[in-house]
Amino acid sequence: MIAPPFEWLVALRFMREGRAQSSLIIIGVTVGVAVIVFLTTLINSLQASLIDRVLGSQAHIVVRPAEELAVPSLPRTGTAIAARIEPRAQRLRSIDQWEQIYPLLERAPGVVAASPMVSGPAFATRGSASKSVVLMGVDPDRYRRIVKLHEDIVAGVFRLTGTDALIGIELAKDLGVTVGDKLRITTAEGGADVLTIVGVFDVGNRDLNRRWVFTTLRVSQTLLDVPGGVTSIDLAVSQIFDAEDISARLTSATGLQFDSWMRTNAQLLAALRNQTISNRMIRSFVVIIVALGIASVLVVSVVQKQKEIGILRAMGASRRRIMVVFLLQGATFGLVGSLLGGALGFGLLQVFATIYRNADGTPIFAPNLDPQVLAVACVTAIAVGLLAAAVPARRAARLDPANAIRHG
Amino acid sequence: MAEPVLRLDGVRKSYNVGTPVEAEVLHGIDLVIEPGEFVALIGPSGSGKSTLLHLVGLLERPSAGRIALTGRETTTLDEDALTGLRGRALGFIFQFHHLIPAFTAVENVYMPLMIERGHPDAAMRARAMELLARVGLEGHEHKWPAQLSGGQQQRVAIARALSFDPPLVLADEPTGNLDTHSADDVFALMREFNRERGITFLVVTHDPRLAQRCDRVVELLDGHVVRDERIRPGAPS
Ligand SMILES: Nc1ncnc2c1ncn2[C@@H]1O[C@H](COP(=O)(O)OP(=O)(O)O)[C@@H](O)[C@H]1O
Ligand SMILES: [Mg+2]
Repeated sequence: MIAPPFEWLVALRFMREGRAQSSLIIIGVTVGVAVIVFLTTLINSLQASLIDRVLGSQAHIVVRPAEELAVPSLPRTGTAIAARIEPRAQRLRSIDQWEQIYPLLERAPGVVAASPMVSGPAFATRGSASKSVVLMGVDPDRYRRIVKLHEDIVAGVFRLTGTDALIGIELAKDLGVTVGDKLRITTAEGGADVLTIVGVFDVGNRDLNRRWVFTTLRVSQTLLDVPGGVTSIDLAVSQIFDAEDISARLTSATGLQFDSWMRTNAQLLAALRNQTISNRMIRSFVVIIVALGIASVLVVSVVQKQKEIGILRAMGASRRRIMVVFLLQGATFGLVGSLLGGALGFGLLQVFATIYRNADGTPIFAPNLDPQVLAVACVTAIAVGLLAAAVPARRAARLDPANAIRHG
Repeated sequence: MAEPVLRLDGVRKSYNVGTPVEAEVLHGIDLVIEPGEFVALIGPSGSGKSTLLHLVGLLERPSAGRIALTGRETTTLDEDALTGLRGRALGFIFQFHHLIPAFTAVENVYMPLMIERGHPDAAMRARAMELLARVGLEGHEHKWPAQLSGGQQQRVAIARALSFDPPLVLADEPTGNLDTHSADDVFALMREFNRERGITFLVVTHDPRLAQRCDRVVELLDGHVVRDERIRPGAPS
């Protein structure tokens, strides 16, 4: 707010005169803003890293063939029987005409990458050791845009040509193999082949590190007996929280089955949402308390300054200008408090990040202050300061100067 | 003939209007004050002197009658216009000094100018310093009111009332809280400004000694003017 210096001068002098009260309320606003900044940053950051981790080994959307419903052939004699609809027994199915659908998916609004996949159960054997695995046939250049597997390679290279295979670090340990070794893969469909391990990955999940075996599309198609077909298509979207909407839209357009990460992780998302709601509630309470604090300090100040207000009015200061003097005080409490609070919140985040760390020593969240969080906190604090000052400021403006002077 | 500085016509003032304790404090006051006059307003406690001063000072509105300041009718003006006129036409000196404690002596003196202009400037500071020197407060310019004696505070208040050469200065028992010596000083100071700059004064006082040294004495009793006497020849008429 651009105010003529007279109003600012009086406001600042009044605040200085009541410096005990002014300091206390500024401390109050500071603590309030620090709590908000700290909590919001912490929760945002933890949620972001959680979602990041979830999406680190998962496509945003997985497209599968339409679910075929196996309808019992029994006559419909009763509701109990009619309700017994079961999925058909397992058999790997390819997406019909996937090569026509694929480019449409790739170009769908909101979708930034698509990657076909042939996956199914298999056994990995080395000598006498045999492990049950998930065979995943992908095109590496496309797949890396869905899951950043190339960033997770801990040994060897990220490459899939010919009979190359990428396996997880746990599987490598279990089978006692490493880069360059051979691995025999067999499937229930009768497929069998010997692959060469060219890379070992760690996607940060023990179970996946133990079960995933990547090959080329062609090798998997042969082993799993889906010649020329794909069992699913992975999609990446630009806005991760649009995944469910995009899924819904594409489902009705193609008739295929779309599973968004949001649906697969519904419980996680519900928990995050509750966390966000709690944070919002805490924030509201802090705002209310801060507003009441500022208002009460200014109400007291108006009463204490009745005489001065009367003199200023007698000397030609209008009601509006007296009002501005008190509004400025409210806004200043908000502004100063929010700047100090931002700094305190930032400090708390640093301390917190140093004390609480993951098992591997990395911080559990990024203690960075989002400028937007700080800006919102400042603007809110100033607005709250102005609002809280409104009532006392109106009172000050309406004070009868004659009365204030008479009872000097 | 010049416009009178102040003209009251049948001014009445009632308090607590519309309540069982409604009371009329001033019962039809007629009064004309010419430029350059130094008028004492006397009367017993409760006779309505402060009330009259507040009406003239545009801090309160009369219940009936008319008040013209420097020829300008005020009863029809709205709140903002009254505030503006108050700032331009009137200087106030109160019994309890009423300096603003959060501002230094010199800042208090140029406060009326700053209100008018919207911000402080070098010219008004210089003028305030000059006025403080004139009232004998050289060296005290940057003290806080609390660091000054009662007499010194009242001199600051006089300097403040005169910071913009108002046509009319209203003083409500300006010496009421001072010892005789300081009271004489302060009174003499107002008299000097009156003589040198032709500023008109309306001074409420309890002190008959001081009243005797004015040009004219107006006496109030129970809300009526019971005496209006020019006691000093040579005063402007
Ligand atoms: N705001 C008010 N409300 C009610 N009565 C008032 C008010 N102000 C003054 N009075 C009454 O008006 C009368 C005159 O008061 P005042 O003008 O202060 O007298 P003086 O200054 O001559 O002592 C007194 O009886 C006082 O009680
Ligand atoms: Mg009085």
